[in-house]
Amino acid sequence: MSAVILHGRTVVPGIAEGEALVSHEPISAWGGIDPARGVIIERRHELYGVCFTGKVLVFPSAKGSSGWAGFFQTTRLTGTAPIGMVIGRISAKSALGAVVTRVPAITDLDADPCEVIDTGDWLLLGNSTVEVTKR
Amino acid sequence: MFLTDAEKAMRDGAEGPAVAAAMDLLLRYGAALDAARLCDIRNVAGTMTQPSPVKARLVKEHGWDKAFAVINLDSDGDFEIPPMAVPTCQLQHGFGADALGIVPYPKENIELQASGEAFYGRHGVNILATCTPYQVGNLPMRGEHCAWMESSAVIYANSVLGARTNCEGIASTGAASLTGKIPCWGNHLDANRYGTHLVDVRVQVDSFQDWGMLGYFAGGVAGEDHPVITGSIGQPDLTDLKHFGAAAATSGGVELYHIPGITPEMPTAEAAFGGAAPPPAAVYGPAERRAVYETLNEIGTSADVDFVLLGCPHASVDQIRSAAAALDGKRLSPSTELWIMAPRALKDVADRSGYTEVIQRAGGRVLADSCPAMSRAAPKGTKVFATDSAKQAHYLPAILGIEAWFGTLEECVDAAVTGRWNGGLR
Repeated sequence: MSAVILHGRTVVPGIAEGEALVSHEPISAWGGIDPARGVIIERRHELYGVCFTGKVLVFPSAKGSSGWAGFFQTTRLTGTAPIGMVIGRISAKSALGAVVTRVPAITDLDADPCEVIDTGDWLLLGNSTVEVTKR
Repeated sequence: MFLTDAEKAMRDGAEGPAVAAAMDLLLRYGAALDAARLCDIRNVAGTMTQPSPVKARLVKEHGWDKAFAVINLDSDGDFEIPPMAVPTCQLQHGFGADALGIVPYPKENIELQASGEAFYGRHGVNILATCTPYQVGNLPMRGEHCAWMESSAVIYANSVLGARTNCEGIASTGAASLTGKIPCWGNHLDANRYGTHLVDVRVQVDSFQDWGMLGYFAGGVAGEDHPVITGSIGQPDLTDLKHFGAAAATSGGVELYHIPGITPEMPTAEAAFGGAAPPPAAVYGPAERRAVYETLNEIGTSADVDFVLLGCPHASVDQIRSAAAALDGKRLSPSTELWIMAPRALKDVADRSGYTEVIQRAGGRVLADSCPAMSRAAPKGTKVFATDSAKQAHYLPAILGIEAWFGTLEECVDAAVTGRWNGGLR
């Protein structure tokens, strides 16, 4: 199995390895996730009803309320957090969100991660790179 | 990230462990943003008192100092929280004791919040308890760097007031309140304040409803970027731009827009694009206006309205007065409730002016501190609600699983009185 390596910028340092969950749509936290269950609850979202706990969450950007980071911090405190984040376009919401979730996170990649990575791919995050092994 | 000697000393504990923890969060956050340095701020709008299950557990087991450390500083440390270093206000939160018996909202939350207000009041937090601090005495100056949360307040501060803030979060505003610092990134920098998208308005916009629909359209066009609005617009007032901004921050993630000739920072469309050629315009004409209206009304199927919600973002005194005028001498349908959400300071003005009494005589309520979306609370059994707010029409169906109608204040009051939705785009 050949791996693709994407190069980017570290948002939160550290190494994480696991299965990708890819959202092609921005993620909303307040009114968009249930931190008690680690599930996307935005009704029209492509990942409606899907659990991100224990996955590397790959998404283009954060949208919606300024409570974004607080909701993801709650996933850490309740044990439902993702294990890493790959962020297409960074913003104050997603940067703070990754920091307070305290999981390795990367942005500014040399290819669109939401196109290159598919849900179920195996990812290794670390040293400003994402190693993608197709499932 | 570059740090001054004073900032390094704060990081290293010269001002105590809470300030050191706050600096640690700001350093982690600044690195995540790739910010070059911090900037000094003296105006923080955040949230500390809003009840949540995690906060309730932390307070019960370890007290408020620990809850602030964990939630508002993202720290595992055990230390006392010092007074706020810079002026800091509490935004909208849960309902207070005066909502008991009106709003189905847990008594435990009301008690937790009251205890939080006492703790944070002692630490110098101004309990404004509104999503519109700019309506009740927190008016940052043009060019002033701030650390604000609440997307509708952030867009108002940046665009209407010309202040500078990113859409901050709970931990970054907490850290800012103890340090007077925030990463100097994004909207704080001159180079990032130009327009990116042009919206050409070709249908006359000069009502509260139309400003909200135009905002919803502009957010869809610009996403997280900066729309510049030109064309056939009338003179907006505070309530119009409060509605416009809340809507643009809802459909997109807009934190800054310019209306040349109206908002202060960019006097002309040329200036708004920094001398560069403006991008091709997105036209907002009758068809686009109708499309926005239909999107905001697509969740509604039943015309039997149980609940009417006004005041999102929190109502101005003028909006409360208009609602009172529309309700004067009328009586709500027995199957319908009407709530107007307002900052407590402005509810006090409405009480003194007699507007609240007129609204209550008709069967309606003026409520402070919160809203149905923040507190996940609507009248028991609500299936269908009507509102004059594009933001609330967007969010509340998802949050409470109910249907929505979006219209004018007059249409909403008519729905409250008749129990039926008779609105339509005019």
